[in-house]
Amino acid sequence: MSTVPLVPVESPIAKAAKLIGLLAVTVVVLGGGFLFLKDFKDSKLLLVVFAVIWGIGATALLFSVLNAIGETFPRKVRTWLLPLIFAGPALVLLFWFLILPTIRTLGLSFLDETSTQFVGISNYIYAFTNPTMLESFGNNLLWLVFGTAGTVGLGLLIAVLADRSAWETAFKALIFMPMAISFVGAGVIWKFMYSYKGDDASEIGLLNAIVLAFGGHSQAWLQLPIWNNFLLIIIMVWLQTGYAMVILSAAIKGIPEEIMEAARIDGANEIQIFWRVIVPSIMGSIITVTTTIVIFCLKLFDIVRVMTGGNFGTNVVANQFYLERFTNQQTGRASAIAIVLLVAVVPVLIYNLRQFAERKAFK
Amino acid sequence: MSGKVKAKANSKAGRLATWIVTAILVVVTVIWTVPTLGVLVTSFRDSRDIFSSGWWTVLPHEGWTKTGEIQADPSLDLDQPITLEGKTADFNTWRTGVETKPGRMLKWIGNKRTRTIEVDEKEWVGFGVNLTLDNYKNVLSAGEIKYKDGNGNEISRNGNNFADAVLNSLAVSIPATLIPILIAAFAAFAFAWMEFPGRKTVFVIVVALLVVPLQIALIPVLQDFTRLDLNGTYLAMWLAHTGFGLPLAVYLLFNYISQLPRDILESAYIDGATPFVTFVRLILPLSVPALASFAIFQFLWVWNDYLVALIFLGDRNRVVTSALAAMVGEKGQDWHLLTSGAFLSMILPLCVFFGLQRFFVRGLMAGSVKG
Repeated sequence: MSTVPLVPVESPIAKAAKLIGLLAVTVVVLGGGFLFLKDFKDSKLLLVVFAVIWGIGATALLFSVLNAIGETFPRKVRTWLLPLIFAGPALVLLFWFLILPTIRTLGLSFLDETSTQFVGISNYIYAFTNPTMLESFGNNLLWLVFGTAGTVGLGLLIAVLADRSAWETAFKALIFMPMAISFVGAGVIWKFMYSYKGDDASEIGLLNAIVLAFGGHSQAWLQLPIWNNFLLIIIMVWLQTGYAMVILSAAIKGIPEEIMEAARIDGANEIQIFWRVIVPSIMGSIITVTTTIVIFCLKLFDIVRVMTGGNFGTNVVANQFYLERFTNQQTGRASAIAIVLLVAVVPVLIYNLRQFAERKAFK
Repeated sequence: MSGKVKAKANSKAGRLATWIVTAILVVVTVIWTVPTLGVLVTSFRDSRDIFSSGWWTVLPHEGWTKTGEIQADPSLDLDQPITLEGKTADFNTWRTGVETKPGRMLKWIGNKRTRTIEVDEKEWVGFGVNLTLDNYKNVLSAGEIKYKDGNGNEISRNGNNFADAVLNSLAVSIPATLIPILIAAFAAFAFAWMEFPGRKTVFVIVVALLVVPLQIALIPVLQDFTRLDLNGTYLAMWLAHTGFGLPLAVYLLFNYISQLPRDILESAYIDGATPFVTFVRLILPLSVPALASFAIFQFLWVWNDYLVALIFLGDRNRVVTSALAAMVGEKGQDWHLLTSGAFLSMILPLCVFFGLQRFFVRGLMAGSVKG
């Protein structure tokens, strides 16, 4: 770039001094900032502002200092050192937070609750025989089947219908909106919908009010076995249908007009066009959305945690993981459950890798 | 396709089909919006009203209103079926209310001896809505709060200090969004435009990590944070969210940065720019759309996250989701606080979402590993 000035030749000593100075400043900023944040208690607002600036500034500083050090090396070293500096922080964090923990969790899953005694596969035997775990697996299966079918099915239906409406954008924005709401927030919203006072005259939950209006009796919905699972699944469908709709809608818009036209000329009605033209054309996107929702259902935690805490027969595997680790202090069992969750996503993982290899994105 | 529909809409059958489609969409959209609307409306209602009537009663509707009281004739035999205004029913039926003529209902109050009867008449109500900001004031407060329950009794509770939670959420979310972007952009640039051994293998690992469930990492990382005394600090949250968000960030940004034209980079190198300068002055500005897409994604994810906050923050520096979840546990029926808290937790992500929806959708598309 023409804006870069020619670097004046510096003596090695000046260069070294400059680098040492830079390093010193970095250490002071990183360490000093952290210690300051730990002890600062006067004004929360000030603390937040300082924390934000420090966190982001420290990251930027780290890169420029590492790069400045890297650039002082001769060309031969630079060719491998600079990529390492650029990709290094990401690789270190990926290793620390994902790769290494996976191995460590695997190791912990063969140890007892104190993480000292080897117990063989007994944690896994527990995971597959304990009644609570079996109940959780059954519930996760409900989530997988009905949650995925509901989300993808409704998303596809709305995408196809909205494509034919003049107010497409407005409908889609409103159905998409729950995507911005946290599971905890959604939990409160739906807990209010399902709320129950046990007084037919003045129920304030909409579901009970509707049931009363049709002459029924109010119910403690979240404590109603089997049905409560479906009421929780509705929350997920409400949250995620927007995602399915947006991806599938874009895919539908990508179908060439000529194909639809040709099918119409051949006398196909709209339902035939849907099943024989639209669905096959967007199969790739349907699979993508389905796998995303499947993984989502496997890891599902927040909704159950907030709505029922896993009680009344609504427990799921990820909540049992939490209970084992933090309520029962059974680190070994919790680790085994985490490994089971990982194994469950392996098929999707392999599918993703295969897709990635086919795309030849890597030159 | 829309062109075709417009052409078809001229025919009678076509117009009917369009109406049916619109009707279905309106129904679905209403179902989708009503739950959130209910919470929004409730958060502005007086606590007394919340406990005694459904939120939909703020809408104008025809309902029973008490218009007066009458005393029953002292000579009336209450052990026999009672006749009032020409209607006969037993005492218990009178207590639940009997419509003596359309739009007029009599209801016995209390026990038999009071002989007091309430007169209710059907009227249009709901115009004079009693709205307040007290719920928000109460939920933000850290001190003692007072409110009235459905029967008018005053109740006092400790506030949940949502003001603090909102600040914590900001302190967690902003760096936890920008730090991974910076780290991932550097890495994506290295993967796309620099040569180093094992480049391809490492990137395949990144793609594999995209779907790995978070639960797998929580126990060992918690051990590390405990050893480093980081639990409950913002730094712990930044590190965790950066680590967990990196696979998607690197993947998304790589897809974008590797598509940039080779000539731009080459001419920069010919001009003598170092990789660092090229990256900061050229690649970053050119990648703004991809950076924005991921930023929105990550911001919504971090702001709305509960699991990571629950485990690494615990009760210290509670963020909005954990404060709200704690409130559900402690005050499960205090709907005036829960709804206003829920709405406070939603308002910022909703603004980001509606303001920057275009970027968000683009990020969603790019993030799905497509066939």
